Amino acid sequence: MSGQGTSETAGMLDRRQAARTLLADRRDLLVVTGLGSPSYDVFDAGDHDGNFYLWGAMGGAAIVGLGLAQAQASRPVVVVTGDGEQIMGTGALMTVAMARPGNLTIVVLDNGHYGETGMQLSHSGLGVRLDRVARACGFENTTEISDEAGLQAYRPELAKTSGGPRFARVRIATGHVERALPPRDGAYLKNRFRGHLGFAVS
Amino acid sequence: MTASPPSAATGAGPDWPLAIYRTLREAHVTQASYVPDAGHARLIRSLHEDEGVRTTVLTTEEEGIALSAGAWLGGARAVLLMQSSGVGNCINMLSLTASCRIPLLTLVTMRGEWAEFNPWQIPMGRGTSAALAAMGVTILRLERPEEAGEVVAAAAALAFDGDQQVAVLISQRMLGRKKWVEGK
Repeated sequence: MSGQGTSETAGMLDRRQAARTLLADRRDLLVVTGLGSPSYDVFDAGDHDGNFYLWGAMGGAAIVGLGLAQAQASRPVVVVTGDGEQIMGTGALMTVAMARPGNLTIVVLDNGHYGETGMQLSHSGLGVRLDRVARACGFENTTEISDEAGLQAYRPELAKTSGGPRFARVRIATGHVERALPPRDGAYLKNRFRGHLGFAVS
Repeated sequence: MTASPPSAATGAGPDWPLAIYRTLREAHVTQASYVPDAGHARLIRSLHEDEGVRTTVLTTEEEGIALSAGAWLGGARAVLLMQSSGVGNCINMLSLTASCRIPLLTLVTMRGEWAEFNPWQIPMGRGTSAALAAMGVTILRLERPEEAGEVVAAAAALAFDGDQQVAVLISQRMLGRKKWVEGK
């Protein structure tokens, strides 16, 4: 760990492999994804009725996860989002930390760039360390993951329904990956997700 | 001047926030989020005192839209409390509840519309209805304290049964003038 999240110390992890590793053997895990590449990464790792993909609402992923985690306290919930999306909702890290959802983990796939819009540097790419921001916001369980072994070691954390909220900054590479597009119809995604939890469409 | 005078016997203030609280619980609301407003203080206190309600204090009102959406995904009903100045903060996040046709119930205390002291509150107060309407939110007005339970019950039904996004705008006239100078 260099301690500096600047662009010259960019991550090496393949983002698609990172999602696959984290979500392998997911069991009863519920997943909310932030708009853009994290939605594609999680879809590519295997579509699932327990996935809710955001295609907009930038800055909202962590808090959607919070509302879900509070409603489903017996299920582990993970939010998989990107650095730009989380930065737009920086205040949400305070809200999540103070709400203390034991069953919620926030994973930021951090390449330091806005990948959807032309790879401009984000605040993370300019030097802000999101794991430290999360800690300052009140997360007691924060980590930085830089390699495949770290991902595999972290995976059991996602299954926990107590001890959270957890925050993981996963340092991914900036390389291009093929698009993998999940369904975009929000009402469909909502009904599918609620159906997975046993709520009938009225 | 408050349209609903404080109870002389208890000094506890008007009863309409308690009518709203009871109505929310009858509508099976179990999550409540807020950016504080003096007009919501009593309701917030009642929600905090209820162990059956998860209360979440927000850093900005748009978080409450996302929180309500997450709660609904998980099978829970949420209410979002804010002041009219917060409506402007919510605009893009309302695309979440609109795109997914997720119920939203928000109770908005109005500023800038009745005996307003602070000119900075007036532009967003004037724009509140238009901003909500622009994003497809149904607006109900609560003008009279004795109608609080009925209006909130109707809003909750419209939201949770009708799959709509609904804002109840609570008239500043009901809230009483803000006291700016002690003893005045």
